[in-house]
Amino acid sequence: MSGRIIGISGPTVSVDLAGLKLYERVVVGEAGLMGEVVRLERGRAVVQVYENTRGLAIGEPVVGTGTQLTARLGPGLLRQMFDGLQRPLAAMHQSQGPFLLPGGTGAGTTAAMKLRFTPTKSRGDAIRVGESVGYVDEGAFRHPILAVDCEGTIDEIKDGEIGLEEAVAALTDGRRVFACHDWPVRLPRPYRRKLSRFEPLTTGQRCIDFLFPLARGGSAIFPGGFGTGKTLLEQSIAKFAEVDIVVYVGCGERGNEMAEMLDDFTVLSDPWSKRPLMERTIVVVNTSNMPVAAREASIYTAITMAEYYRDLGYNVLLLADSLSRWAEALREISAALEEMPGEEGYPTYLGSRMAEFFARAGVVETLDGRIGSLTVLLSISPPGGDFSEPVTQACLRNTGAFFMLDTSLAHRRHFPAINWFQSFSLYEADVVAQLDQQVAAEWGALRQRTRALLQREESLREVAEIVGTEGLQEADRLLMRTTARIRQTFLAQNAYTEDAFSTPAQTYQKIRQLLDEHQAASERLERGESPAHDAEVHPS
Amino acid sequence: MTATAAYTTRLSRHSYSTLRSIQGPLLFVEKVSDARMSEAVRIVFPDGHEAAGEVLRIEGDTVLIQVIGDSRGLDMDHTEVVFTDSVKRAPLSPGVLNRTFGGSFQPLDGLPMFVPERWAPVSGFPLNPVARERPQEFIETGLSCIDGLNTLVKGQKLPIFSCAGLPSSAIVASVLAHARSGGVNVAGTGSGSVVVFVALGLAHHEYAFYRQTLERLQGDFVAFINLARDPVVERLLAPRFGLSVAEYLAFEQGRDVLVVITDMTNYCDALREVSTAREELPGRRGYPGYLYSDLASLYERAGRIKQRPGSVTLLPVVTMPEDDITHPIPDLTGYITEGQIVLSRELHQRGIFPPVDVLPSLSRLMQRGIGKGHTREDHRKIANALYMHYASGRDLRRLEAIVGRESMGDSDKRMLDFAEAFEREIVHQGDARRGIGETLDLSLALLQKFGLSA
Ligand SMILES: Nc1ncnc2c1ncn2[C@@H]1O[C@H](COP(=O)(O)OP(=O)(O)OP(=O)(O)O)[C@@H](O)[C@H]1O
Ligand SMILES: [Mg+2]
Repeated sequence: MSGRIIGISGPTVSVDLAGLKLYERVVVGEAGLMGEVVRLERGRAVVQVYENTRGLAIGEPVVGTGTQLTARLGPGLLRQMFDGLQRPLAAMHQSQGPFLLPGGTGAGTTAAMKLRFTPTKSRGDAIRVGESVGYVDEGAFRHPILAVDCEGTIDEIKDGEIGLEEAVAALTDGRRVFACHDWPVRLPRPYRRKLSRFEPLTTGQRCIDFLFPLARGGSAIFPGGFGTGKTLLEQSIAKFAEVDIVVYVGCGERGNEMAEMLDDFTVLSDPWSKRPLMERTIVVVNTSNMPVAAREASIYTAITMAEYYRDLGYNVLLLADSLSRWAEALREISAALEEMPGEEGYPTYLGSRMAEFFARAGVVETLDGRIGSLTVLLSISPPGGDFSEPVTQACLRNTGAFFMLDTSLAHRRHFPAINWFQSFSLYEADVVAQLDQQVAAEWGALRQRTRALLQREESLREVAEIVGTEGLQEADRLLMRTTARIRQTFLAQNAYTEDAFSTPAQTYQKIRQLLDEHQAASERLERGESPAHDAEVHPS
Repeated sequence: MTATAAYTTRLSRHSYSTLRSIQGPLLFVEKVSDARMSEAVRIVFPDGHEAAGEVLRIEGDTVLIQVIGDSRGLDMDHTEVVFTDSVKRAPLSPGVLNRTFGGSFQPLDGLPMFVPERWAPVSGFPLNPVARERPQEFIETGLSCIDGLNTLVKGQKLPIFSCAGLPSSAIVASVLAHARSGGVNVAGTGSGSVVVFVALGLAHHEYAFYRQTLERLQGDFVAFINLARDPVVERLLAPRFGLSVAEYLAFEQGRDVLVVITDMTNYCDALREVSTAREELPGRRGYPGYLYSDLASLYERAGRIKQRPGSVTLLPVVTMPEDDITHPIPDLTGYITEGQIVLSRELHQRGIFPPVDVLPSLSRLMQRGIGKGHTREDHRKIANALYMHYASGRDLRRLEAIVGRESMGDSDKRMLDFAEAFEREIVHQGDARRGIGETLDLSLALLQKFGLSA
């Protein structure tokens, strides 16, 4: 089926091709640009084009593909860097040079890859949808090969070297099981059921793990103005989080910081497994200067790959920096479609799209009975650092945890600049109870004490603003010295030093020591001894 | 203006006089076949002179065209639009060096147009993120507040956030005159470095000042000049020409290119004006919703490429409307650039030059560009200590304003004095150039004088 371009506006084109379906993928123009149908009218379809429309001409051909925008799922994804449409960036660098030229597909690059397949089923065995028939070893991972869309009796099954595009098994009815399959990125992958259990997800950031703990299968947002440390926090968590697989999405952000991150990731190791960090990582990157429509698709491409690893029974963490850039891409496309704008020009379906996205997080029992989890962490870049804007607000309705990044803390170079009064975690109760058992029985009690101290400091600070610290009671001055130490040595964590990562045991020890010292000093003060002027504290 | 037309490659010629309407810089032309998105067009005025234009949108056989340049004098019946079949391109050749052009690439220096070696689309192509080299080579600007505390590296984009009436041009001139990398002048002859200077909507006296600075430069430069009286739409084009030339000089000729664009606020206002004329939905403060992506399409052209010499470093000047850093222009800029140098009206009033407020200033790529092998081993420690103590001194100023200096403790008074001395002795340096060694020595001495450790 083929038609012609009849109109072009920003990232969208109108085509006269009949018989297209909504969300069908189409190939646009002589350059063969990829696009997706976003609106259908009689005699006309509107296509969102994933590449720059510059140079496209009226009358150029348009071809429907009959499929939706899909991600290719299977062994070989780990360690790779993709653009928002899952095109392999390293291969494109090799084939087209340093600049991204329009029309490249990058397809076929994995076709040459060979892997060893070990069957776990044999001829005559029955298999169900979603059940595994064998596995390949992908780095440290045992990668099961699932029968995604067929069930029946095995007629033939491979053993040994396979190509990624080959079938590993054939069923008696002639259907085949492949090592790789394609899945429409906007369609959540199925599972047997969702579980409501919340196990701790250690991030290595003391402020989060101790005060606002995360749970596997949960979601969190961290909004903050520019320079408040969103990217460094995401990257730190991507390095240190206690999970099996990390999918990192650079969504509409800087090229240089991706170069920096890739540089770091290739030399660092996963602190938990001690394996090279890239072995557990997939990077999806659509920088701010790459086409906006592909930016819009990037988070779906990424979460589909993340769900795939969840379905293999792994704990997966998806990080996206920044969801605001995704929302802005949605707004740009909506404006080109001349849709009725909602708040701040965002389309009125912004909230429901976000809710659908957050709903893809969770702990699930997979179709073949494994347990997998998908945790979602998203940064948000509110204009002017003002959290009343639509994207932050829509996220707040969906997220399980909220880490508010504070511009004034960032200006004091207190990083991570998580505001300890405004942030929250809904997983707190569940996770703290488990950490009481796993790390130390007084974990929860120490949290309460720390929070009380910080709270008290805040009210004292107001007094001190008027009378100066010299005018405070001795006991209050002691308290302020302790909280300054808590802030500077415990809550703050410099991402460029060894301190960037802290295990739960180290976190516990550190806070325990600070509070013990405070206790001892308070007791001395009560006995009337002069307070030891411990290490100089900076009044920041 | 004819220079524009002369170097646009044309594969086939379509010419139309079927105008439906003219709205400021926008023309609707009907019954056009085969128009291309972003295609460059020539507009022939009734009196025979020409202007350039670009296709913005196509709906069936109706095409929306933006006139680049002045649209005064167009009419409905005798205006002709000639389609060129190609997108806007920049002519490239080493002959571009030491030349001054207008916002449409027309020579302004009285010399003939050079013969292009090749042409490149002005919007460039996005750099593949995996092809990027991590920027980490120190550029010494000669200013302590930048080199010591907010270090610039090759391939970085670091804007100067100024306020109306502050001496951002003097700071830029100082950097142009003094910047060095690897011991050689960034703007020195034979150093492999080039300055690309893009003036956007400048008043004549400002331009005259920059003109002198460029003339005094020892090394190569290329200038694109759009003054306040020049067409608004050229303001959108000039930075793209500048960056296309910069990419060519950097990644094909192996030069280290320092691109100065001033003033980006005028660029954003031009974008708003054009967007309003196009009847697009206005976003915050009337700026279009795509301002972030549009600015990123310029700023992201800074960088370095793996296994290639050359670099594009970007030093744009942004004037914050109403001195407000949360205004959409500085705000979106900060979200794209790798830090910012923020000027302060208060420091300026106290006679400090450069009046840089180091607290909100930041260079995000500093970490890798300093220390052993880059600047000096103790650089990081000194910078952190200066910053921390200065921040506490500044905090105490608020207290001082309430309780008065007399009722403050000795250690608090000492920090107040430190903050003052830091501004007078480290930030303030007048016309002098300081090497990084000198900056660090002065800083260390100041810390020691106050009994503070680095
Ligand atoms: N944990 C940290 N340790 C030390 N420095 C930090 C830390 N987090 C942030 N910073 C400092 O703050 C700067 C900005 O951080 P980052 O790039 O993560 O901000 P951001 O919130 O992502 O900003 P933008 O919204 O503009 O992308 C860093 O370059 C670094 O100097
Ligand atoms: Mg960031």
